Amino acid sequence: MTETAQPPYPAAEFGDGTTDPPTIPLPPVPADGAPGGPSDGPSGGPSDGSSHGPSHGPSNGLSGLETRDLTAWFGQRKVLERVSLQMRAGEITALIGPSGCGKSTYLRILNRMHEMVRGAALAGEVLLDGEDVYATGRRPAEVRRRIGMVFQRPNPFPAMSLYDNVISGLKLAGIKASRDERDHLVESSLRQAGLWDEVSNRLGTPGGALSGGQQQRLCIARSLAVSPEILLMDEPCSALDPTSTRRIEETIAELRHRLTIVIVTHNMQQAQRVSQSCAFFLASHDTPGRIVEAGPTERLFTSPADPRTADYVNGRFG
Amino acid sequence: MSTTHPGNTLDALPAPEDRPGPEDRPAPDALPEQQRIRLGGVTREEVLTLAGAAGGSLGLDWLLYERILPFSGAFGFLLCWYLLFLALYAVAGRLQWDALTVRERLATALAWSSGLLVLAVIGDQIGYVLYRGLDAARHLNFFTESMRSTAALDPITSGGCLHAVVGSLEQLGMATLFSVPLGILTAVFLVESGSTRRGARLVKPVRVLVEAMTALPSIVAGLFVLGVVILTLGVEKSGFAASLALTVMMMPIVTRAAEVVVRLVPGTLKEASYALGASQWRTVWHVVLPTARPGLTTAVVLGMARGVGETSPVLLTAGFTTRLNLDAFHDNQASLPLFIWNYVKQPYPDMVARAFAGGLTLMAVVLILFVTARVLGRHRTPSERRTRRPLRATAATAATASAANKAAQVAN
Ligand SMILES: Nc1ncnc2c1ncn2[C@@H]1O[C@H](COP(=O)(O)OP(=O)(O)OP(=O)(O)O)[C@@H](O)[C@H]1O
Ligand SMILES: [Mg+2]
Repeated sequence: MTETAQPPYPAAEFGDGTTDPPTIPLPPVPADGAPGGPSDGPSGGPSDGSSHGPSHGPSNGLSGLETRDLTAWFGQRKVLERVSLQMRAGEITALIGPSGCGKSTYLRILNRMHEMVRGAALAGEVLLDGEDVYATGRRPAEVRRRIGMVFQRPNPFPAMSLYDNVISGLKLAGIKASRDERDHLVESSLRQAGLWDEVSNRLGTPGGALSGGQQQRLCIARSLAVSPEILLMDEPCSALDPTSTRRIEETIAELRHRLTIVIVTHNMQQAQRVSQSCAFFLASHDTPGRIVEAGPTERLFTSPADPRTADYVNGRFG
Repeated sequence: MSTTHPGNTLDALPAPEDRPGPEDRPAPDALPEQQRIRLGGVTREEVLTLAGAAGGSLGLDWLLYERILPFSGAFGFLLCWYLLFLALYAVAGRLQWDALTVRERLATALAWSSGLLVLAVIGDQIGYVLYRGLDAARHLNFFTESMRSTAALDPITSGGCLHAVVGSLEQLGMATLFSVPLGILTAVFLVESGSTRRGARLVKPVRVLVEAMTALPSIVAGLFVLGVVILTLGVEKSGFAASLALTVMMMPIVTRAAEVVVRLVPGTLKEASYALGASQWRTVWHVVLPTARPGLTTAVVLGMARGVGETSPVLLTAGFTTRLNLDAFHDNQASLPLFIWNYVKQPYPDMVARAFAGGLTLMAVVLILFVTARVLGRHRTPSERRTRRPLRATAATAATASAANKAAQVAN
């Protein structure tokens, strides 16, 4: 693995600063080489599926995502340390781990939402199709459009109709589209999200006038409408009932052939059902979050290499 | 209901809700209506205690005031009555209830009476203005004429406040046009720029300034415009100058009210917007402001309510005239507060009646503005036009669209 932690990225250099969301100057990184003690094998470089070199090449037209030595801070507190993981194109990668181990933080780093938190800092590389997402001069807005995100709580825009919610990405990113294009986009996005049949006759109602599960699928449709290459999902089903969860899982499975998905979940069965790869994060009270083990989901669940993984996936802690 | 008899085969198509149920189970409406449990509400003994205390204290008060004590005056009488009522109510209550209940009931009585007091004061104000102003407002000419050709002793059937209404509306309209965008932008600045370090440094002084401006005496706003715009820049006394003075008064109110509602927009919505690739200002425009719209309307209404009644800034900057002047940029222009102020101090009863009628008109204008703003501020009702999509035709096109999408992805 590479030895040097990357220098922090100065926020002032992202874009022109007038149109972008506020970026926060990142505090200086402590001298590298700090992780001495507990970095025994599984933390930095897993000896399994995710370590076979920079094979981020899109094999089937889809984009992959990779992080190298990603470290994150909130103020002075380090919450993630040297996380290296490869999320291969066209696969669904599940991130599992106990609460507070940094899964959401990791996910938000991937599409540059992390820097919107005051005092947040990071080091390392996030490669989208081999290009660093945090490269100097790269606009966060462009990255976020290519890497969509679905949040834990459904958050449709209440002041917009269902129709407007779906195409809100176009409006928000300043993309022009004709009336017909928009109609098609709304229908195809809603179909992909598995919501079309339920709402096609009331697209004019406000975004909040749906059940929780429908709202979440609306949010998925909204993310899909800007045709992202990657979709990040942070516990998309945690606020939902089993039926809605099932619908969303089906949706995710169908989407797999169109884009690369990274999903955070606390539900082991869900991780097993939907994902092909899996990464287990762990943090203890004084050490920041690390990847204990990553690899094909089946292997992780049937014959984990690390006893902590075995304990976790079998529900013995966390 | 008679249609629920079983075996009613002659009814070919009974309405679904009237269709007879299965034979073994009585139809729901065969059961007697259930008695609802009384929740809360007042009992007769409470009402009687209240009425008794009120009546008793009134009698006692009358006795004290008219027969025993050397006082007089309506205000003292009412105050005394209220205090006696509270005392009697507490005593009468203590005879039947425990101390905790009495305290509870007394607190309720206090809260209710202060609410009623406010209502009474407002009712009194409106009623008094109505009573004094109806003399003039009864005649249609009051709303269709200006005071141009009305001399001091002319009958009430000549002259009116049309010029003042026009002036008020023009000045308020322009002031709203200036102060609302300015105020809302400032509010957005205060909320949104606080998140960066550079912005945070500027946010604080701006907020302090805005807060200080809310407390600015209105005469100072008038003096400011008089000194800077009229005397220094050479703009003539006009409706425009008055609207600038009103803007100074309205802007901080709009800003503060708007800041509160803009801050209330959930962060999760902003995050959703950023995650879709939006810039900060597009997020504000397309997500934050529409979500805050009902609250923003209230902010605008508050600002307008402040502006429409201001007299002193207008007095210094608009001049006064009895003619109708539609041009807000040239020559003096009257407005309703000025109209009232000017005529209420004249020694002729008809003029005073006109002033009160002007007050009545001002209240009507405010009411109309409020209602309009509320209607405009509601979230738009679902736009039904979007529900009739070409549903059949698009099933195929959607497939081709997604195929094209995939092809595009493969291509790059
Ligand atoms: N905005 C923030 N400011 C400071 N610390 C934060 C912030 N957000 C998260 N943290 C801390 O970072 C650590 C990782 O949080 P994160 O939200 O990534 O956990 P998580 O794995 O997603 O947990 P969960 O499964 O409960 O969602 C936690 O210890 C948390 O306290
Ligand atoms: Mg989380």
